[in-house]
Amino acid sequence: MPSPRYWRETPQRYRLEAAKCKQCGKISFPPRLVCLGCGNKDFDTVKLSDKGKIVTFTTICVAPTQFTEEAPYSIAIVELSDGVRFTTQVVDCTPEDLEIGKPVKIVFRKIQEEDKTGIICYGYKAVLT
Amino acid sequence: MREVAVIGCGMTRFGELWEKSFRDIFVEAALKAIDDAGVDHLDSLYVGTMTSGLFVGQEHVGALMADYLGVAPVPAVRVESACCSGGMALRLGFFDIASGNSDIVLIGGVEKMTDGADVTYALATAADQEYEVYQGVTFPGLYAMIARAHMHQYGTTRKQLAHVAVKNHHNGSLNPHAQFQNEITVEQVIGATMVAHPLTVLDSSPVSDGAACVVLASSDVAKKLKKPLIKIVSSSAATDALALHQREDITTLKAVKHAAESAYKMAGLKPTDIQLAEVHDCFTIAEICIVEELGFVKKGKGGEFTEKGETALEGSIPVNTSGGLKAKGHPVGATGVAQAVEIVEQLRGNAGKRQVKNATIGLTQNMGGSGASSVVHIFKKES
Repeated sequence: MPSPRYWRETPQRYRLEAAKCKQCGKISFPPRLVCLGCGNKDFDTVKLSDKGKIVTFTTICVAPTQFTEEAPYSIAIVELSDGVRFTTQVVDCTPEDLEIGKPVKIVFRKIQEEDKTGIICYGYKAVLT
Repeated sequence: MREVAVIGCGMTRFGELWEKSFRDIFVEAALKAIDDAGVDHLDSLYVGTMTSGLFVGQEHVGALMADYLGVAPVPAVRVESACCSGGMALRLGFFDIASGNSDIVLIGGVEKMTDGADVTYALATAADQEYEVYQGVTFPGLYAMIARAHMHQYGTTRKQLAHVAVKNHHNGSLNPHAQFQNEITVEQVIGATMVAHPLTVLDSSPVSDGAACVVLASSDVAKKLKKPLIKIVSSSAATDALALHQREDITTLKAVKHAAESAYKMAGLKPTDIQLAEVHDCFTIAEICIVEELGFVKKGKGGEFTEKGETALEGSIPVNTSGGLKAKGHPVGATGVAQAVEIVEQLRGNAGKRQVKNATIGLTQNMGGSGASSVVHIFKKES
């Protein structure tokens, strides 16, 4: 991944920073320039909750090139306690442990490597609680 | 708006066409369609291709194809909306004629996926790069999450998913253009190599090369050419959140629902008026969700509907008589146009062993990514 593309997203990926609409209170993650709730363009920066639950999940057996060494690995759509949803790996567990509705905690982990001499890319993953 | 008719169609066989180039498969399909239409000139050319830049390192596809077809200086443009690039090209061509700007337009769809590119990466560019692909999700993975949610919410079974692939392989076995012309069983689908739980490789459409073309004309031109009048009575498109996780309900393909509703309205038709449909079964679960969004069956009942045989050739609403993306093949950009080719052949009564009797109204539904864009067309044969 080109470094500028990675660097730009670090507030979201490292610190779960989101944009809360000053008008209607809807939280956008990642931050957007236009609120999907009301069309407003003014936001406060807020930190997302690190607790949530599994909405749906899968285990990836055929992985993209940069993830082949990790396969099989599990991926879920997680809904945080503040209502925000995102896609994340669920780690430190076996695929059989996953169920819709199970609670998870969001943790900071290595996600992928750019290439042999490039940057190491970090971000959020989920663990079962 | 002027009335628009399809007056010619043609396609290559879909499959691993290693001996043929990207440009040559397009020209092969285009020449068949032009010959079928019996026209001596084109006013405009639209070519749908998803990501030829990644598959074969080639962009600027409109000009390339106009050049190799020998029709330059006719205006030509490449159209992109991920996996519904072909359907969107058809839509632009439709409005080009409807508006009165052109009388005769060639619509092409083409993709060359087997030339050695990283296909998983190329296809993943249709998802959210920063917030889906970055985390390690794949396209089968996204549809697997839709499948898991559908099974959880509505009790759809693993076996019901498999029935989509079994039916489409049966239809593909009757289609000489299909990549796979072999029958498969429910047990084979469920027991095949796992791609993303619960979807196996036999729940998934293949990697394919291929091209499909149709020639559109104003109804007046079509009548002068004494062509059977297959009119396009609706062209509708819609969008939804790009990332699957941003959607309110994971199992609802809102873009498909919106496009279908406005297509029915435009044609003054209801779902029960549709006699056959070609839909975007990139994975088995997709076809189940789509027959629900198109209004053929109540939300949540798509699995049961398929298992009962309602969408089979002899069912109440035959779906994917061509074999669909699953068996006919899915050269991404070509798919939306190939769907139109199948419906036109069916309405003309030229579909051979897979012919749906007395069909006069058919629908095509083409979809991009995990459902963030979709386009629906309705075709009607005038007697």
